[in-house]
Amino acid sequence: MSAHPLIETRALTKQYPGVLALNAVDFDLNAGEVHVLFGENGAGKSTLISMLAGANSPSRGAVVLEGREVKFDSVADAQAKGIYTVFQEFSLIPTLTVAQNIFLGWEPMKGPFIDHRTMRKRAHDMLLELGFDIDPTDITSHLSRAQQQMVEITKAFHGDLKVLILDEPTASLTDKEVDHLFEFVGALKAKGVGIVYISHRIQEFSRIADRVTVLRDGGKIGTVDISETSEDALVEMMTGRAIDEIYPKIKQGGGDVLLTVEGLRTAGIHDATFEVRAGEVLGVAGLVGSGKSRLFRTIMGLTARDRGTVKLRGKDISHAPTRAIIRDGIYYLSPDRKAEGLDLAKSSKDNLAINLVMGDKVGGQGQLVRWSEVNAEAETISDYVELHEGYRNKPVSQLSGGNQQKVLFGKCFGQNADLIIFDEPTVGVDMGTRAALYLLIKELAESGKAVVVISSDLPEVMNLSHRMIVLAHGHISAELSGDDMTEEQVLKFFFDETGAKR
Amino acid sequence: MTTEATKTGAFDPIRKIFIKVGVLPFFLVGALIIFTALSDKFLSLQNLVNVARQSVYLVLVSMGQMLVLISGGFDLSVGTSIALTSVVSALGMVWLAGIFPDAIWLAIALGAFMGFAAAISIGLINGIGVAYFEVSPFIMTLGASSVGAGLALFLTGGVPVSGMPFAFADTFGFGRLFGVPVPVIIAILCIIVMWLFMSRTRLGTQVYAVGGNIKAAHLSAINTKRTLMMAYVICALIASLTGLLLTARVESGEANLGSTIALESIAACVIAGVSLRGGIGRVENVVLGAFFIVLVQNGMNLAQVSSYMQMVLLGALLILAVIFDQMRYRMILSGN
Repeated sequence: MSAHPLIETRALTKQYPGVLALNAVDFDLNAGEVHVLFGENGAGKSTLISMLAGANSPSRGAVVLEGREVKFDSVADAQAKGIYTVFQEFSLIPTLTVAQNIFLGWEPMKGPFIDHRTMRKRAHDMLLELGFDIDPTDITSHLSRAQQQMVEITKAFHGDLKVLILDEPTASLTDKEVDHLFEFVGALKAKGVGIVYISHRIQEFSRIADRVTVLRDGGKIGTVDISETSEDALVEMMTGRAIDEIYPKIKQGGGDVLLTVEGLRTAGIHDATFEVRAGEVLGVAGLVGSGKSRLFRTIMGLTARDRGTVKLRGKDISHAPTRAIIRDGIYYLSPDRKAEGLDLAKSSKDNLAINLVMGDKVGGQGQLVRWSEVNAEAETISDYVELHEGYRNKPVSQLSGGNQQKVLFGKCFGQNADLIIFDEPTVGVDMGTRAALYLLIKELAESGKAVVVISSDLPEVMNLSHRMIVLAHGHISAELSGDDMTEEQVLKFFFDETGAKR
Repeated sequence: MTTEATKTGAFDPIRKIFIKVGVLPFFLVGALIIFTALSDKFLSLQNLVNVARQSVYLVLVSMGQMLVLISGGFDLSVGTSIALTSVVSALGMVWLAGIFPDAIWLAIALGAFMGFAAAISIGLINGIGVAYFEVSPFIMTLGASSVGAGLALFLTGGVPVSGMPFAFADTFGFGRLFGVPVPVIIAILCIIVMWLFMSRTRLGTQVYAVGGNIKAAHLSAINTKRTLMMAYVICALIASLTGLLLTARVESGEANLGSTIALESIAACVIAGVSLRGGIGRVENVVLGAFFIVLVQNGMNLAQVSSYMQMVLLGALLILAVIFDQMRYRMILSGN
């Protein structure tokens, strides 16, 4: 056995009409190894794993499992052969219990009936063994995203697991949950499972990876041992640019107070009081579930407001409907671009047009839409957010996560906003695109707009912000600026218990 | 289906047309070939003019249906709006003509407005239920359709309302202006207004946005509830107009008018490429889609297909169109 890698691909190629998604990639994974796939969106990572997972079949080349060439008919076929993939989009049924999800398609039977008791017991044991603190009788939709991910991983442990493919597993996890995941990955390694790990979070690699393979434009750039490389070198392999070019230096404007929030209270938020000034970037950090997103969704009128006042340029907007708040000059970019941000079946142009039609930037206030002006402005915005010409008329569902995020950013330029709230602006976005998005944030702030960046990615908030607020248990546990914005300080306030006692 | 499944170069233009406009061109060509073969009268100018005239009513209702479909719902109560308009306006005209025998046009106008009001209240109930109470459009419009149909039967006792002013039927049922039937002129005006509304106005754009992704629309400063409400009200209003024209045609107020039109209008829209998921659809295609349905019915009549079998075929056509819509949506999203 040891003569062969656990799984390898030989000159694996995927040709779509007009696009070479993967070009003759050789990849190999040994037993008990974590092999990271690294590359920008559209580099071919997803294509590669979709073929390892059985979701897609190669145009040319071969997949070799333990020395034998294999062809997977389906994802189920690959799973039967010991290859399990945890995709970014979960395969859980939200209305079923955790136990039912874990055993979906594998239900223990008692005669012709499902044996629910055994199922709950075994689910409980599996969760316990993996160290996940989840009740198997909970309804899946009641769980946090991180917990759902744990359930998704648990599902992999039915058969004889040889290869576990994790697609951006940490994108929605907090640092504590990431620690847990890594411990668990370590335990799997010890058992001889091979792990293919896809991530954009380069700072994670030194903690878990053995080797890294970098892909760019469908081709393999190289495979390196993690001990023989550095973050900077990897980023350069991926993008061809150096890492200090990623976070721009943003000049602080220090303008007038734009937004004043006083004693805002709602379910899960206690007495939030803070200000946002024109020309500054306010970072908002906190664990998942700390209420950092909820606080701003409440300000936007997306959840019910119990008490407190919100003023924009002195005007009370505490009880205004969302559309009035947007028209008054606050724009909110949803963290979930697919569910709340974009109309997936339409082109980027059509998506941008909605904001242009609703805003007062073009065409005046009349009821008739001047499409020539709207389209011209949509083009200008697309140029500004650097959306490639070829993508503009395609349905946004066909674009990569990074390009979809560019379209979402573009929407905030369609309406004349003075305060722009970015909620998790770079989830699932590659480094190259991130750098471009950060530049847009810089330009917004330096042109005198107020910018709020809500993010679970700590380096991101810390590097972009002039000032930060930290939330814990729905309570603003700290407001930091200047030299106080260190990682230890911020983490300390992540676990502040003041809010929990309420 | 086989043409779409094979990905060879020869079928590429077919795929492109299918993705762009949907299944309608293929159905249309198929129908023309089949019915021309079955009956030599089918492709005559006179017959086609006849089909165009008959299709007026379905064209109108389908445009209303399209609006609601694009907003992400559907309206099963269009037939009820027609019946209720017919009954209420006929009762109104008969009653008012008795009160103002010398001002017959006043009686007609007021009677028509009573019919509009009845239909608009159906639209309002649908809109309020769907937009504000988030009832599924299926249940909401199904319930409203039973309410309206029951009221129409209750008002008339199931007996047609006769004795309407002659001027009404003469003008709106059989009248001609410059040689063109009045219903055709009204339909053409409506098509122009709807086309302008959907493609040139902010409100029309909002309907597309709400149907495409209602949450994204909400975050783009669109009043999503008002938009949904408006879609149902306009749909009921157009159905009501159709109800008036049909009433003029049959010269009496009837509670069983429009009983099959909900299915026919949805079929016309889906065949014309309006997505059942909302957000996608074009006025000009829907007009063609409605024309196609009437053409098929006409062809089946000429080929002496029994009216019972016609129902079977129409239902099958709808299901087929929905299947193709599903395939098309997947193609749009995946880009293959």
